[in-house]
Amino acid sequence: MDISVLINALPGALAQGLIWGIMAIGVYITFRVMDIADLTVDGTMCTGGAVCIMMMLSGQNVVVSMIVATLVGMVVGMVTGLFHTWMGIPAILAGILTQLGLYGVNLKIMGKSNQALNVDKYDLLVSLRYVRNIEWYKNTILIVAVFIVIIVALLYMFFGTEYGSALRATGCNPNMARAQGINTNFNKVIALMLSNGLVALSGALIAQYQGFADVNMGRGAIVIGLAAVIIGEAVFGKIFKNFALKLLSVAIGSVIYYFVIQVVLWIGVDTDLLKLFQALVVAVFLAVPYWKKTIFNHSAKKVVKANDTVEKEA
Amino acid sequence: MLEIKDIYKTFNAGTINEKTALKGLSLTLEDGDFVTVIGGNGAGKSTMLNAIAGVWPVDHGQILIDGVDVTKLSEHKRAKFLGRVFQDPMTGTAATMGIAENLALAKRRGKMRNPFITGIKNSEKAEYKELLATLGLGLEDRLTAKVGLLSGGQRQALTLLMATLQKPKLLLLDEHTAALDPKTAAKVLETTDEIVNRDKLTTIMITHNMKDAIVHGNRLIMMMDGNIILDIKGEEKKKLTVEDLLHKFEIASGEEFTSDKAILG
Repeated sequence: MDISVLINALPGALAQGLIWGIMAIGVYITFRVMDIADLTVDGTMCTGGAVCIMMMLSGQNVVVSMIVATLVGMVVGMVTGLFHTWMGIPAILAGILTQLGLYGVNLKIMGKSNQALNVDKYDLLVSLRYVRNIEWYKNTILIVAVFIVIIVALLYMFFGTEYGSALRATGCNPNMARAQGINTNFNKVIALMLSNGLVALSGALIAQYQGFADVNMGRGAIVIGLAAVIIGEAVFGKIFKNFALKLLSVAIGSVIYYFVIQVVLWIGVDTDLLKLFQALVVAVFLAVPYWKKTIFNHSAKKVVKANDTVEKEA
Repeated sequence: MLEIKDIYKTFNAGTINEKTALKGLSLTLEDGDFVTVIGGNGAGKSTMLNAIAGVWPVDHGQILIDGVDVTKLSEHKRAKFLGRVFQDPMTGTAATMGIAENLALAKRRGKMRNPFITGIKNSEKAEYKELLATLGLGLEDRLTAKVGLLSGGQRQALTLLMATLQKPKLLLLDEHTAALDPKTAAKVLETTDEIVNRDKLTTIMITHNMKDAIVHGNRLIMMMDGNIILDIKGEEKKKLTVEDLLHKFEIASGEEFTSDKAILG
């Protein structure tokens, strides 16, 4: 086990972690702000990548391709949103349905299961080739970091506005929101569009980074997104109270996740088992708040009982 | 101000759990009426308020608020006419948001929420501080505190403030003191009276407590089996005692009033 192998792999892990961090911020919006577990993202990830790659292959500019990929992602989010609000399908199932449908859509967009893009022939914004030995301003790590800072700043401002506050209220307490005249169904659709737009943008960046789009590229993306959200909260939850910092901690959580994966690979863990490892780690982390609560309630009951006896004696 | 015409509502129609909660209920409120509503469990009290608020559509009938037919309007669209406080202190506020943020949400009830304008203007904060001070709960110094940290009584008082921040056409109070300890409940009721009198709000207040129902408001209605069986107003209401009410109930319903809670409460 040569430590230099690991060190050499770290810039790549950082770049990947940051790109997936954009997706994780999208997951944060649905999962934490809106209290919806949106499984659409597994499909949206690939849709974003596929649209971006196909547009570039047909000669479109990289910026235009990425904007269109993001917009298509938003349409996908709208579909899940309408499944949920207009057709009354539970949010999780709505996401699964969209994701399943997207498999076919993604295949049709690409024409086959995999489409590659030659990094030498196209002018890409990010690539695994642009991580080292390149002018600083072309470095993928810097470019994606700038993306994240801009996205976090925009989201921070947006969620502080009148409408953004209404979105947060919708996620926090829909009954209260409706009593205050907030259209909760409409807001859920908007949040899902916003979230899936970010996921598709992330997918477009990943496809460029790895040089291809693949129909399976989003498999398990929601799990990575959740992992990033949970790691970010576990590491920074106590110190980051501000909404912008919370979003940032999610992106950092994604980077930590990719570092851990690199270490796991470096140790020599069977890559076939990687997804199993991911699933178990996320399961345990999701369980922690629940365990904390049940244990806490247990001790709270004891306190109440103690008070009761005091009152009776008095 | 409010006209309810012959509304019916059945839950779980066609199943073994079928329950007709409202059976041809009609009620008209004058501007400035403060009506207290009593009745046993399942009498249809909360169902009536939910029908007015539009939580679900009614099966039959018509609801007009200030002359506007709202029967087919969705809950969030009717909200611009209504201030609501719920039985559960958790229902009326957003726990993860600050006190001022909650007030700012209420301030914009029934208005377009702009995605480019900040959620709370600085000028609002001073106003909220003043309003919170009137509650006498020390909340005026905790504008940014998360509402989830407040006690049940504080949350109900805040919800009351939110419901009336923009003068509603109709204030709906659904047993808003039932989940509170007696002392806090009395304080919240006192605040309710102050606000209702100050703004001359048309109000419907459900309560389980006969004494509260008699002391507050200018009109009292009693519900049973999805309809109104007693409607007492004016001078008669002012002179009303718990004994009178029990007597009237027996005559109106043809049975004895058996709920200890209602007598003792």
